[in-house]
Amino acid sequence: MATKAFQKIYTKIDQITKATCSLKATGISNEELATINGKLAQVVKIMGEDITLQVFGGTEGIPTNAEVIFLGKTPSLKVSDQLAGRFFNAFGDPIDGGPAIEGEEIEIGGPSVNPVRRKQPSELIATGIAGIDLNNTLVSGQKIPFFADPDQPYNQVMANVALRAEADKIILGGMGLTNDDYLYFKNVFNNAGVLDRIVSFMNTTENPPVERLLIPDMALTAAEYFAVEKNQKVLVLLTDMTSYADALAIVSNRMDQIPSKDSMPGSLYSDLAKIYEKAVQFPAGGSITIIAVTTLSGGDITHAIPDNTGYITEGQLFLRRDSDIGKVIVDPFRSLSRLKQLVAGKKTREDHPQVMNAAVRLYADAANAKTKLENGFDLTNYDERTLSFAKDYADQLLAIDVNIDTTKMLDLTWGLFAEHFKPEEVNIKQELVEKYWK
Amino acid sequence: MSTKGKVKGIISNLVTIGVDGPVSQNEICYISLGDEKLMAEVLKVAGDNVYAQVFESTRGLKVGNVVEFAGHMLEVTLGPGLLSRNYDGLQNDLDKLTGVFLKRGEYNYPLDTEKLWQFKPLVQVGDQVEAATWIGEVDENHQPHKIMVPFNMEGVYTVKSIVKAGDYKILDNIAIVTDSEGNEYPLTMVQKWPVKQPINIHVSKPRPFKLLETGVRTIDTANPIVEGGTGFIPGPFGTGKTVLQHAISKQAEADIVIIAACGERANEVVEIFVEFPELEDPHTGRKLMERTIIIANTSNMPVASREASVYTAMTIAEYYRAMGLKVLLMADSTSRWAQALREMSNRMEELPGQDAFPMDLSAIISAFYSRAGFVYLKNKTTGSITFIGTVSPAGGNLKEPVTEGTKKAARCFYALEQARADRKRYPAVNPIDSYSKYIEYPEFEDYIKTKIEGDWIGKVNQMKTILQRGKEVQEQINILGDDGVPVDYHVTFWKSEVIDFVILQQDAFDKIDSVTPLERQEFMLDLVMSICNNEYAFDSFLEVMDYFKKVINACKQMNYSEFRSEKFEKYVAEVKAIIDEKKK
Repeated sequence: MATKAFQKIYTKIDQITKATCSLKATGISNEELATINGKLAQVVKIMGEDITLQVFGGTEGIPTNAEVIFLGKTPSLKVSDQLAGRFFNAFGDPIDGGPAIEGEEIEIGGPSVNPVRRKQPSELIATGIAGIDLNNTLVSGQKIPFFADPDQPYNQVMANVALRAEADKIILGGMGLTNDDYLYFKNVFNNAGVLDRIVSFMNTTENPPVERLLIPDMALTAAEYFAVEKNQKVLVLLTDMTSYADALAIVSNRMDQIPSKDSMPGSLYSDLAKIYEKAVQFPAGGSITIIAVTTLSGGDITHAIPDNTGYITEGQLFLRRDSDIGKVIVDPFRSLSRLKQLVAGKKTREDHPQVMNAAVRLYADAANAKTKLENGFDLTNYDERTLSFAKDYADQLLAIDVNIDTTKMLDLTWGLFAEHFKPEEVNIKQELVEKYWK
Repeated sequence: MSTKGKVKGIISNLVTIGVDGPVSQNEICYISLGDEKLMAEVLKVAGDNVYAQVFESTRGLKVGNVVEFAGHMLEVTLGPGLLSRNYDGLQNDLDKLTGVFLKRGEYNYPLDTEKLWQFKPLVQVGDQVEAATWIGEVDENHQPHKIMVPFNMEGVYTVKSIVKAGDYKILDNIAIVTDSEGNEYPLTMVQKWPVKQPINIHVSKPRPFKLLETGVRTIDTANPIVEGGTGFIPGPFGTGKTVLQHAISKQAEADIVIIAACGERANEVVEIFVEFPELEDPHTGRKLMERTIIIANTSNMPVASREASVYTAMTIAEYYRAMGLKVLLMADSTSRWAQALREMSNRMEELPGQDAFPMDLSAIISAFYSRAGFVYLKNKTTGSITFIGTVSPAGGNLKEPVTEGTKKAARCFYALEQARADRKRYPAVNPIDSYSKYIEYPEFEDYIKTKIEGDWIGKVNQMKTILQRGKEVQEQINILGDDGVPVDYHVTFWKSEVIDFVILQQDAFDKIDSVTPLERQEFMLDLVMSICNNEYAFDSFLEVMDYFKKVINACKQMNYSEFRSEKFEKYVAEVKAIIDEKKK
């Protein structure tokens, strides 16, 4: 970043922590950017002349006489159609060796959409995965994370969803992504021939953690450009939001803020909401859909990060390895798409909501039967039938390798009902039973 | 002259201001930043330093920015035309704001100053009036909107003049009143009130007793809420809190419904914006939106106005209660409000209480819930605010401070349960843990007798006993195995399942099943209890399940049919035929 001639250079730093520096300066605005010996930093606290800066690249090697230059602007991104097909770092600088982007410079982390100007999401996003389309239908303008253990194939599922979703643009925000996963995404998109629809903002594990704080806002600023200016359907992938929240905790800790639950800052809910609520259906037709990943530690969803996330997002998707069929499935119990009723039975066949609920209820009965079996009790005939239903249901519908359309999914499920149950055991409206029972 | 000050420090949305004059706690001030003026509220005063929370993003704010103090606390504007509006937490009319995105520092007048209202005077020259006396009336969406003497006027006044019936704008002078010393006070249809102070203009606040019908069976039948009652719905995410709350606000028998979307998802608010203008009020046949006010401060809107939003909603509710109306206030979710308090307390470096919430959290919650209630007004009429808040307990753990604080304050408790939600047993209200204190009130018992003949409360209690017994038996079956317990145990368990499937579970997305009027609930409880009171003859436990599944299926089909229709009666007959098969 070029230094302007009249800019004042400060050279005396009073305090340095692992993530922040403090110095005396005047005329500084809140959230303004600065460089400290060339490292980018942002104002997070002003007390009279005492200015505290959060240093994105970490403070390693910063001397007390470092040159501090205030840039008079907040973090921003240049937006134009040139963004498409490009890879950037957390500051919005190209990392793919290509030229710098020309376009209008926009402050990132901009204002919220007026809720009365939002349109109700109503467009189904088909993924072909029955665990999603049948049980947890996604809708454009929705925000939904995968809650997954680090060893689960969430990035693969996400890449599949992104490719099948027919979005105009896919914006990938990588936070603390391993280099291997970054290359995986790059390859998948490249092989599918969709690289020109992708914009990527990358912070890998090789980059300093505090830099991650900029990634979601960068990705969403680019998304807003395409959704608002170009009325495009934009899908934003954010992986992994747990790394983002960890970076928030580092900064708040260095600023001596009192931590709330699980050492997370007290403002975690608002911080996450600002990001996720950028998902929107605009009245002019453009939309932003956010699919994120929140990795769990040991499957614990009561931890502050997944817990706060769950209250903000419109549902969550869980992956689980089903040992009966030896495949990864979308867990029908804990997964939920809160917007599914906007499309299920409206954009899909009328029997969709009831079939979905009945199947999950029978799957729950199978889980009970399984518990009985494990405790060494005899199974009833009904129990036996739920178990064989559950196996077929998991294999033919819940597994993540399924790729069929919704009508086929419904027909398959009716088929399984008829194979294993009597009509009065499924608790579905009589008219639907008469029409679809196989 | 008003007090002025200058910004001295900024941490996120907490600003330290040096001042040159007197400032009061919770006073509103405006910080100039270029052309924008950012609204803020004083939270703490320490010497010459004033700490204020800014209701907007503080990006770009500098030391030295000029601050002007307004001389009053955060107020709402009260007058005809509040209904059907969508406000933010500071009562800005969201529909009047231009542009798709919210602009910082853009505030507007919450009412329409040009609209003409048909005013009908209710007092005459010479009448004695005091605060909250109804001096006139206008028709607001087919409801009488009373024009009142402002609540902040102390003492008794005499009406010196009042306009004739006719069309007036809200800011027109409609009356002049004089105090005992002859000072004149001109009145309009509008008044202002500081949101954090309760409006206490009623004579008395008895224990509430009138059932507030919601059409939701697990509430009305099992744990009823009353007009002027308080209730709360805690639940982990994904257990159907919002669906249940929307159902209540759509169906409840109230004159005015105020929904405070406090720090929740924007798309859920959009759902209300889209649905309510279309949906019909089941009681009047008019559009739901006509009786509704929405205070929308979604989770991405500034955190300080989130804190203000619940107070704004409550103050508007109190205003309508003073007109003798039945108000239902829903806040989703009070946990977000508590989190807003926590964020500010944290920035002010106050010593934290449990989970870093402020020490006085429980007191703040209690004070807020106590603003609801059923009241007798000075003119002997009654009004009520029924308040139902949702709580989003961290990790679904009900031992956290917001849930515990609320439990002390609210009289009804609707515990949403993850296990029920996982098994798609909606509404996922746990029938055993939930309670309504009102069902124990003798006042309520007397009242319900005027609505339903016979021993309604006795039947409800019997139903709860069977549910409790069913749960115990289920645990025993799980330990001992299906054939390790007598066949009777299976019958008991399945009786509780009949209650669960037929009465407690309700399909919120089915047109007929979603709303159950009290008369139908009475019929259903009678039917289900008659099933439960029978003795049945079974040879083995294997028959029990199949049999009761048939019973449940027939009852469910009945639930999906229009009350007393041919189809309905057919299924009732079917249920009775199945019962007769095995009845001893």
